[in-house]
Amino acid sequence: MVREVDARGLLCPEPVLLTKQALDALGSGTVKVLVSSAAARENVSRLAESRGWQVEVQEQGEDILLVLTKR
Amino acid sequence: MNGKRVLVVAAGGTLGLLAVVLVAMGNPANMGYCVACFLRDITGGLGLHRAAPVQYIRPEIIGLVLGAFLASQATKEFRPVGGSSSFTRFVLGFLAMIGMLVFLGCPVRAVLRLAGGDLNAGVGLLGLAAGVAVGVQFLKSGFSLGRAVPQQKGNGYLFTGLVVLLLILLLAHPSFIFFSEKGPGSMHAPVWAALGAGLVIGVLAQRSRLCMVGGIRDFIMFRDAHLLYGFVAIFVVALVGNLAVGAFKIGFAGQPVAHSDGLWNFLGMALAGWAAVLLGGCPLRQLVAAAEGNTDSALTIMGIIFGAAVSHNFGLAGSPAGVPAGGQIAVVLGLIAVFIIGYVNRPAAVKRGVSIGKGS
Repeated sequence: MVREVDARGLLCPEPVLLTKQALDALGSGTVKVLVSSAAARENVSRLAESRGWQVEVQEQGEDILLVLTKR
Repeated sequence: MNGKRVLVVAAGGTLGLLAVVLVAMGNPANMGYCVACFLRDITGGLGLHRAAPVQYIRPEIIGLVLGAFLASQATKEFRPVGGSSSFTRFVLGFLAMIGMLVFLGCPVRAVLRLAGGDLNAGVGLLGLAAGVAVGVQFLKSGFSLGRAVPQQKGNGYLFTGLVVLLLILLLAHPSFIFFSEKGPGSMHAPVWAALGAGLVIGVLAQRSRLCMVGGIRDFIMFRDAHLLYGFVAIFVVALVGNLAVGAFKIGFAGQPVAHSDGLWNFLGMALAGWAAVLLGGCPLRQLVAAAEGNTDSALTIMGIIFGAAVSHNFGLAGSPAGVPAGGQIAVVLGLIAVFIIGYVNRPAAVKRGVSIGKGS
């Protein structure tokens, strides 16, 4: 199951909060998070890694796509 | 410790060390670095308030913005964005400044004051944490100022451009710029030292995202202490530094550029913390974000400057003599205003995440 979170243009902690809701709701699988600042990238990555999700970072033009996966 | 953790500790530690050095070189005691105080001094230096003891174009702020700007250019993190409830952010910046000037310092100076033995700052920090905790409840119930969207390039450079203008005004010192002849504004490290310290802190703050309000917020919301390590580092290094140079004096009474009215120290910082958590970060972080091209943060800084002007024009700011009645009323009205802003902006007016969030 894949969930997508669009956190573009939001200042922290909102991207982290939205990601946390998605991770908690899903438990495992794939969550794609789209952010637009390096600070959001780091904060979302830190949250995901602390909860045992793997983080893959892809640049998408001005935005950054974070693919979070957990088996 | 991973790389990110090392960076935030290095940023905090460097800030703590440079703050002690800047005081030794001439800055007011326990005011080696203070974003609120220095923006207040700049406001006075420009003549936007006429409180003679607190007027100076502080190079630390200029250096911080230039350092953060250069770092964001080098890392390609510079993004001209804006449009996230800009005027609400201006108002929140204004309200936060009213609170910080009642307390006499921003979150950074609160930690530096505590590291100098000023226990009033401990009361202020408790107030800050309380304000952040209340703000977190608003965030949890859906508070949002909405999305920022990309802006034309020029918008992102304008703030740093204004700061370069400040540097020119500082160096040229034309007659319409005010420099205090006595009081805290007259006490300052040499320009090159303050500018250099600001540059270093600006680069490190941009790289590490150092933020006191964010640290308390993340700890309450996610039990994530990452950013708090930075502030522990400021405290530890400044404490050791103050002990080493004999600048440590523990107690409540007679602390430098401070008062011992606990209620208003607490409530002033509670107002600042509550407003700042709704803004997404403390004044230091707003300056860095403005340098990175965020025009909403630039407008927040303008709100802070407006707050400094109003505070001193209408006698609201605290002083070693205490907090005037006008300042007490302003803090209470400010808390009510932040409550209203927090209330009307939740649940979020903006469409939230695609497949999660309220209403989707």
